[in-house]
Amino acid sequence: MTTTSDLIASLAADLRPVQRLRPPFARACLWLGGLFLGVALVTWATGAWPLMAARLADTRFAVEMLATVLTGIAGVIAAFFLSLPDRSRFWFILPAPPLVLWLASSGYGCYRNWLSAGADGWQLGRSSDCLVFIVSLSIPLAVALYFALRRMAAMLDPLRVMAAGGLGVAGLAAATLQFYHPFDVTVVDLAFHVVAVLIVVAAMMMAGPAVLARKRSDA
Amino acid sequence: MGEAKPVGGEPDWAGLMARAQGGDAAAYRALLAGVAPYLRKMAARYHRERQDAEDAVQDILLTIHAVRQTYDPQRPFKPWLVAVAKRRIADRLRVQMRRRFRETILTPEHETFAAPETNLYREESDGRELREAIAQLPEGQRRAVVLLKLEEKSLKEASAASGLSVATLKVSTHRAMKSLRKILEKKAGTL
Repeated sequence: MTTTSDLIASLAADLRPVQRLRPPFARACLWLGGLFLGVALVTWATGAWPLMAARLADTRFAVEMLATVLTGIAGVIAAFFLSLPDRSRFWFILPAPPLVLWLASSGYGCYRNWLSAGADGWQLGRSSDCLVFIVSLSIPLAVALYFALRRMAAMLDPLRVMAAGGLGVAGLAAATLQFYHPFDVTVVDLAFHVVAVLIVVAAMMMAGPAVLARKRSDA
Repeated sequence: MGEAKPVGGEPDWAGLMARAQGGDAAAYRALLAGVAPYLRKMAARYHRERQDAEDAVQDILLTIHAVRQTYDPQRPFKPWLVAVAKRRIADRLRVQMRRRFRETILTPEHETFAAPETNLYREESDGRELREAIAQLPEGQRRAVVLLKLEEKSLKEASAASGLSVATLKVSTHRAMKSLRKILEKKAGTL
C-alpha cells in the first residue's frame, strides 16, 4: 500500500516538462481547417463544385447545407471544450441549434418533395448508399478527432465528449455527402441520414470511453 | 525554492502548477502536498471509510499528473482542480455502486455450486453427524462399520484384525446400517 506522501514523492520524481495545450478554440479551428482543406481538394478534384454551386441557389438547400456544416463545426468545437476539465459543461448544447435547423430544413425539403412528387416522395432513393457514405467517412474523421483530443482530458467526461464529437463528425460527413448526392432528400433519405448520425454518435459513445481509458493507463 | 508563495492568504497553486508544467519538481511536490489535505476533505464527504477516501485522493493525484498539460495558467487553478477531483470521485462512486450491486458477500451457506469441492462445508457437517451417529452404535456394530466402511478393509482383513468371524461381521454391519439409518432419520426429523 503506497502512502499518499510516497505517491507525491514518486510523481514529483517522475515529473517531465509538458507542453501546455493551446486554447481549445484555436485547436478546434486548426483541426477543422485541416479537414476543410482536405474536403475542398477532394471535391475540387472530383469536379463536384459546379453542381453544388447550382444547388446552393435554392435557399432551402443553402440553409440545409449551412446548418449541416454548422452542426459539424459546433459538435467538434464542443468536443474540444468539453475535453478540458474546467470548461463549462454547457458547451454540450452548442450543436443543438444548428442540429434543429438541419433537421427542420431537411424536413421541409421532404415535405416540398412530397408535394411535388406525390407518393414518389416516399420512394427509397439511394438512401442505403448515403448511410454507408456517412458512416464510413465518419470513421477516419473520428480517428483524426481522437488523435486531436487524446492529449486533452477527454477521459474525465468521455460520454459527453464523444457524443458532441460524434455529432460533429457525422455532420461534417453528411455535409460532404451533399457534394455527391445531387437530389433533394425524401423522407426515407432523411430517416437514413438521421440513422447514420445516430449510429456514428452511438458508436463513438460506446467505443470512446474504452479507448480513452486505455490512453489514461498509458499516461 | 518550491515553497507556496502566499498571495492574499491563499497559496499560489496556479503559480506552482505553471512551474511544474515547466518541469520544476520541487514546485510540483509543494503543489501536490498542498492540495492533498484539501482533496482529503473533499473525498471524505463522499467516502465513509478513511482508506476509501485516501484511495480517492491518490486516484485524483494520479489524474492530475496525467492531465497536467490541460491546465491553463491564465485561468484560476481551483476550478480546474475541483473539476478533476469531482469527476474522479464520481467515477469511483459509480464503480463502487456497480460492484455493490453485482456482488454479494458469500458465507459458507452460499457454496452450492455443482462441483463437489465447493460443497465441502456441507459434506463436513454431514460427516460430523455421521460420526456422531456411529459413536452411538453398540460396540460390535461400531467396530464392524469402522473396519469395513471407514477403513475400507475387506471382510477377510477385518476378520483377521478383529478376531470376529466373517459371518458375525456381515450381520453386525447389516445391523449397524439399519441403526444408523434410524439415528440419522430421527435427527433429520428433529431439524
